Amino acid sequence: MATLETTRRDFLLGTGTLVVSFSLAPSLAFTAGAQTAGTTKRVALDQVDSFLALHKDGTVTMYTGKVDLGTGTRISLRQMVAEELDVALDKIKLVEGDTALTPDQGPTWGSLSIQIGGVQLRQAAATARQALVQMAAQKLGMPSADLTVNDGVIFVRAEPQRRVSYIELIGDREFNLTVDKDAPLKNPKEHTIVGQPIPRPDIPGKVTGTHTYMQDFRVPGMLHARVIRPRAIGATLVAVDEASIKGIKGARVVRQQDFLAVVAESEWAAVKAAKTLRATWTKWEGLPEPAKLWEHVRATKVAKDDVAVERGDPKAAIASAARKLKATYDFAIHTHGSMGPACAVADVKRGKAEIWSPSQAPHWLRKEVAVVLQIDPMDVHIQYLDGAGCYGRNGHEDATCDAALLSKLTSTPVRVQWMREDEHGWDPKGPPTLIEISAGLDTQGNIVGWDAELWVPKADITEWPRTLAATHAGIPQKEALNPGNVHRNLDPSYPFAHQKAVAHRLDSTPFRPSWIRTPGRMQNTYANEVFIDECAAAAGADPVEYRLRYLTDPRGIVVLRAAVSMAKWDARPSPRRDQSGTIARGRGVAYVKYENARTYVAGVAEVEVNRQTGAVRCTRFYVAHDCGQIINPDGVRAQIEGQIIQTVSRTLKEELKWNRSRVTSVDWASYPILRFPEVPEVHMELINRPTEPPWGVGEPAACLPPPAISNAVFDAIGVRLRSVPFTPIKVQAGLKA
Amino acid sequence: MVTLTVNGKSYQVDVEPDTPLLYVLRDNLGLHGPKFGCGLAQCGACTVLIESKAVRSCSFAVSKVGPGKVVTLEGLGTPQKPSPVQQAFIDEQAAQCGYCINGMVMQTTAFLASRQGSPSEREIRQALQNNLCRCGTHQRIIAAVKRAAALMGKGA
Repeated sequence: MATLETTRRDFLLGTGTLVVSFSLAPSLAFTAGAQTAGTTKRVALDQVDSFLALHKDGTVTMYTGKVDLGTGTRISLRQMVAEELDVALDKIKLVEGDTALTPDQGPTWGSLSIQIGGVQLRQAAATARQALVQMAAQKLGMPSADLTVNDGVIFVRAEPQRRVSYIELIGDREFNLTVDKDAPLKNPKEHTIVGQPIPRPDIPGKVTGTHTYMQDFRVPGMLHARVIRPRAIGATLVAVDEASIKGIKGARVVRQQDFLAVVAESEWAAVKAAKTLRATWTKWEGLPEPAKLWEHVRATKVAKDDVAVERGDPKAAIASAARKLKATYDFAIHTHGSMGPACAVADVKRGKAEIWSPSQAPHWLRKEVAVVLQIDPMDVHIQYLDGAGCYGRNGHEDATCDAALLSKLTSTPVRVQWMREDEHGWDPKGPPTLIEISAGLDTQGNIVGWDAELWVPKADITEWPRTLAATHAGIPQKEALNPGNVHRNLDPSYPFAHQKAVAHRLDSTPFRPSWIRTPGRMQNTYANEVFIDECAAAAGADPVEYRLRYLTDPRGIVVLRAAVSMAKWDARPSPRRDQSGTIARGRGVAYVKYENARTYVAGVAEVEVNRQTGAVRCTRFYVAHDCGQIINPDGVRAQIEGQIIQTVSRTLKEELKWNRSRVTSVDWASYPILRFPEVPEVHMELINRPTEPPWGVGEPAACLPPPAISNAVFDAIGVRLRSVPFTPIKVQAGLKA
Repeated sequence: MVTLTVNGKSYQVDVEPDTPLLYVLRDNLGLHGPKFGCGLAQCGACTVLIESKAVRSCSFAVSKVGPGKVVTLEGLGTPQKPSPVQQAFIDEQAAQCGYCINGMVMQTTAFLASRQGSPSEREIRQALQNNLCRCGTHQRIIAAVKRAAALMGKGA
């Protein structure tokens, strides 16, 4: 398996050393030189050569702008190409996230690496295969229909000795071919690689300490840097006492306006200097009072309203309904909480920047770095290296811009690694989310009208959040807000006759926002799926039976039934009324069609609630999952397990803490996450549909825990939890009410 | 000058005595298995073994190591010849981003070495309760610990 793990890093790093050789790096970096003169590696999205190179030694290099953030796409994308190109998997080398060599397939976000990135690669492979078969037909003097391919060799089906290889046909030459959207894909019945649980190539290196992470990467002559952030988010720098670090060997201050850093040859010296340096900042108390967050959100100016769905006349339907329900749901501000703080290395000289970064969006980051350095994006070359999992835009991009600016200011290669308090304190946050839903029920308890409102920051979806480096150094940049596509799934997955859902787009939000796994879709599904449970309880109906009254999508019905069957769902209305001990148990369900356009998921949570302490424990979680065609079932399983466990953590424990000046939850004690003893058993059923498109897997299941757990707690103790996280204090308050 | 024994080799390193062991391993000896996660001994990503005991190297000054034998992730095995615990993590595909995995492997190695017999799931969860994972790989890590115990011939 280790042989699969041949990326550009291996060329750069060579054997037995983790230090890049400078004589080698720039030449390789710019050979393909999409941005320099001379021969160029194609990177346009419509060209086969942008994605694939078939070599004389029989190996294939595939190029992708998508990066493996720990999700396993490094193997699954290879499987898609190997299958469609008919080349053995171990012959495929991968180059990912290199802005000079890979096509810009968009950031690695939104659960789209397979669905968009993989499908683009697959179509390029199908186009290449079709072209190779046509070349072979000409060479062998046989019609294409009489030929077949096996591991890079094309032969006449009836006379297998008549053959020609990919090496002979194309070896090391360009296809010079536009990707053919209609190039036929293989019949899924013939698949031998796609659909197999092939192990990941990076795991042996990761468990033995030989995998090179961003944090492990060094270049000769580089300085270690630590950035000193303002004492308050909006504070400015009054004075720096450079003498305060005089005793620390080799450490010195680097500053541009309010951007303050220390650099040193030794990393520990940089860390110590950053802790020791005395700096004076202005006072700033511009954050809302934590206890009044939701009043603040409601009082924030609305920039515009986006209508997610409008059908019939819900207001009139609710007004004339036999019974009316209304509930408000809030969802705390979350941090990404990557295990490793952000890190990057930059070498800026002569107006060009060589950057190594763990960013989820190297092509996008190129433009951000260019803004900070005030140079042309084409003069920025970024190479991706694995960081710690980011689950959205965390601190990686900011740390990269820090490194770039510091390299420019010191005229030396610079490595920046954030400290824990930097990552927890300064990564952009998942914004506070507030949702209010009203419904009307008829005398049978059926929903006759549904009216939902969402309060979230406005989104300039093509812009990145302003970077800390530019902000603090006084470099001009766009002042965009982008929390991701947080309006999606506000429209519930059930087609009610009269319904409306409106997103109030707020002009501002207390903390610099960005996207965190399943942005908005998680929060909206949470509100929708708890609220429909509230309607079911009001109707005295079993929560599953009630959903099935409205669910019309056949694939949705299949996953919902599969989840409840796996969980041995005890059909009855909630709450249970047969428990009296300290520990009460309950079960809750949730369902969603992701973004109302793709992957179907349904889940059942089982919980134990301690009536005395208010503690909620999720003991088991069942998931049924239909993402269409499955590329690697073990990869799908790993992603579902990860999403459920991570989101149980977010649901039960996580919330940002702050005072009027800054974030105060800056470590794992003040921002606790789920620990081993608290982790639920995750069980799942994957529904594979090999003839359907392969949809995303990395986000949809994360919609399920917040509503399923809230519904399970209601089942257990009759208390509705409408505020994430579901902390013991909130449970106790509900029990007392 | 500090003298250290790491993975069976002796080193002399010229560092400030207050330097945490983690920085010496990573920056002076080029051993990148142990990771910087928090610098606060909260997450476990930096775990190494000193005399077979799991130690948080981010908060352990190099001058305190003394003659103690240090073992890092690299000292347990290689991709070609992994230790039983490493092999079990590979077999269970128990890593996503893998940044915490050094700590998981090292803590598991110390835990299994310290006991007789196969641990229960509850004991495994307790043994790893101070090691954090953000990707949600816990279930596979628990399975890997069970598998490692079996590979090491720890009977029930």
